[in-house]
Amino acid sequence: MEATLQKIVEKYGKDSARLMDILYDVQTEFNCVSDEAVEKIAALLNISGVDVEQTRSFYHFFTKKPAGKYAVYLNNSAVAEMMGAGEIAKAFETAAGVKFGQVTADGKIGLHYTADIGMNDQEPAALINGQVFTSLTPAKVNEIIAGIKEGKCVKDMITTYGDGVNANPLVKSMVKNNIMNNGPVLFTDYQVGAALKKVVEMGPKAVVQEVKTSGIRGRGGAGFPTGMKWDFCSQAAGAKKYVVCNADEGEPGTFKDRVLLTEKAKMMFEGMAIGGFAVGADEGVLYLRGEYRYLQAYLENCLKEMRDAKLLGNVLDKFKFDIRIQFGAGAYVCGEETGLIESIEGKRGEPRNKPPFPVQVGLYNKPTIVNNVETFCAVSKIIEKGGEWYKGMGTAESSGTKVISISGDCAKPGVYEVVWGMTLTEMLALCGADAAKTQAIQVAGPSGVCVPPSQFGRKIALEDLPTGGSMIVVGNQRNLLKDLSLNFMDFMLDESCGSCVPCRALNHIMKEKLEKILNGNGIKKDIADLEEWSNSLSKTTRCGLGQTSGNPISTTIKNFRNKYEELVKDVDYHSDFDLAASVQTSCNYVGRKPNIHH
Amino acid sequence: MSKPVVATASLAGCFGCHMSILDIDDRILQLVELVEFNKSPIDDIKTFTKMCDVGIIEGGCCNSENVENLLAFRKNCKILISLGECAIMGGLPALRNGIPVEECINEAYCDGPTVSLNKERILPNDDELPMILDKVYPLHEIVKIDYYLPGCPPRADLIWNALVALLTGSKMDLPYEVVKFD
Repeated sequence: MEATLQKIVEKYGKDSARLMDILYDVQTEFNCVSDEAVEKIAALLNISGVDVEQTRSFYHFFTKKPAGKYAVYLNNSAVAEMMGAGEIAKAFETAAGVKFGQVTADGKIGLHYTADIGMNDQEPAALINGQVFTSLTPAKVNEIIAGIKEGKCVKDMITTYGDGVNANPLVKSMVKNNIMNNGPVLFTDYQVGAALKKVVEMGPKAVVQEVKTSGIRGRGGAGFPTGMKWDFCSQAAGAKKYVVCNADEGEPGTFKDRVLLTEKAKMMFEGMAIGGFAVGADEGVLYLRGEYRYLQAYLENCLKEMRDAKLLGNVLDKFKFDIRIQFGAGAYVCGEETGLIESIEGKRGEPRNKPPFPVQVGLYNKPTIVNNVETFCAVSKIIEKGGEWYKGMGTAESSGTKVISISGDCAKPGVYEVVWGMTLTEMLALCGADAAKTQAIQVAGPSGVCVPPSQFGRKIALEDLPTGGSMIVVGNQRNLLKDLSLNFMDFMLDESCGSCVPCRALNHIMKEKLEKILNGNGIKKDIADLEEWSNSLSKTTRCGLGQTSGNPISTTIKNFRNKYEELVKDVDYHSDFDLAASVQTSCNYVGRKPNIHH
Repeated sequence: MSKPVVATASLAGCFGCHMSILDIDDRILQLVELVEFNKSPIDDIKTFTKMCDVGIIEGGCCNSENVENLLAFRKNCKILISLGECAIMGGLPALRNGIPVEECINEAYCDGPTVSLNKERILPNDDELPMILDKVYPLHEIVKIDYYLPGCPPRADLIWNALVALLTGSKMDLPYEVVKFD
């Protein structure tokens, strides 16, 4: 073990900021990052054991105990469950002979649940040793487990490949792109390098101005004006600056970055280089969620090809800019820009206090722009065709186009590039969903809004219904509060970094209260409590996750109050406490019969 | 009018909240003038002898005896107050809530560093003993609670102010410092 660890640590230049990569390599090598490994890594990096331990314990894909030689991570997010993940889980358990959360006695197969893996358009889906298996059926599961038992290589078990780059020899993935609507900006012809050739003639100031003119706002969801962000960063003091691309799309229901990364990788890298030129940065980092590691070899090759073509490195002999890829390891909160920065630095992905904002104090405390994959892609096109052209599309406050990911109860789940301003009714028609059979659309994922049919006339736009891309169509047949809200609350409390007490504690309490209501033990006051607590969460937490973590409940109370009221009792107080049930386990264990007096 | 009757109890708590009650110092003489104590460790009355006006409880419920006690309080008190963190949220005892109860029992009676004389791994199972609950419950999950006084422990002034407000029907003085803990 010693020698292997030494080799891994040296591979990353004994740099503790590369702890994420080190831990990933160790996890891959030993199927876990044991306590012993933690201590040894700490010694090799000359940092304390707890510094390593805190990073290991933060990320879902780093495990203290062996996760199995074949580690199966089945997605149990809301849409996965809607598409039958429950049945798939049973098939895995039967075939493997262990329950989820366990590893077979021989250490060969480990079954684990994981949050959304960005495959909502082809659920149920699972990751096995980093490879994606989509559209699972019980028969396919049996085949997979049989293959594992024969000791097959996971990659060899994938025999049919998806469309486009998914079939590239460097990817060979069964993932499908499902591009359902080509738009004028992103899913259209694009000449690699054309925009870069243009910017070196324009000069940095003109580039920032062009981006400002386009009116583009951040595509990750928050919608901050990109040109303004770049302007701030270009004016920030200091010679060293960074460009970070946020490709940690973890919002359940979002998978548009997956498709952009697959099909438009160079367009995105070019956008990053344009950003570097505009703000005066010479280093870029693509922070890619661990779930998309299957794209690694292809993306690295894109970077190499761009370096060879002088579109990276010594760019067109005019300026220096290069990019490296940093992988996450299964933590939704790392999509928050400061959590992401912490993660790149090898730490727990706990969001920082703001201000200062990353444009002032970002990666390694240097001025940094953090933008979404889609934003960088769009910038390449904006430079190519001009800011005015871009601004000509969309609404007053949301210019250009948006790539949305539609999943759930519709005929054509997939990615759609649409011009901002489309109504939800139009969107339903586009994705082949019957509005009459749709009880709700979850806009912008769990942290967004659950919209009822009476509001389907609303527009997808930053000034009305903002979204980072997630659109989940919920059919009438679903139990909205159980299948969606409760699942989302489970997600929020799993993904809370735990730093702010309200986020750590209230989400738990709120989830329990929702369960109490769903079990028929709720009272009217519970609804009022939930509303009040969501409000507290939005005001007392540090980052976007905490502030919106009560949304699965608060937006359904707001828009579907009758669903709650149908379930609660009109009494002052009601307890679901059951003394006999609560003493059962301990009595059994010590060997006595419960004696309940009343 | 006869004096209001007060009862108190410490369930799965550390008696720290009761110590805080005593911390009202010489005001305890005024308190004795104001109220009559019934079941309470303060006067050592073990069972309710009459209907009480106010019940004050520290600690959550970790075993069946706590639950029975709490139910008796709800039955015999017009107003019930959760006093302190453990009563309100479970507090320190609730740290075991993430751990299976079997593991907790093993740690307490067999494997803990201070256990040396239980080589046969005997677990307490006499019928007279309270039964351990699967987790530690805050009071309001078992009975209706009327008021909550936060703190670990709630400071003496808070308890005093609350009692005076309750008994005189006046508005309670609740400065920010006495309810803000961080």
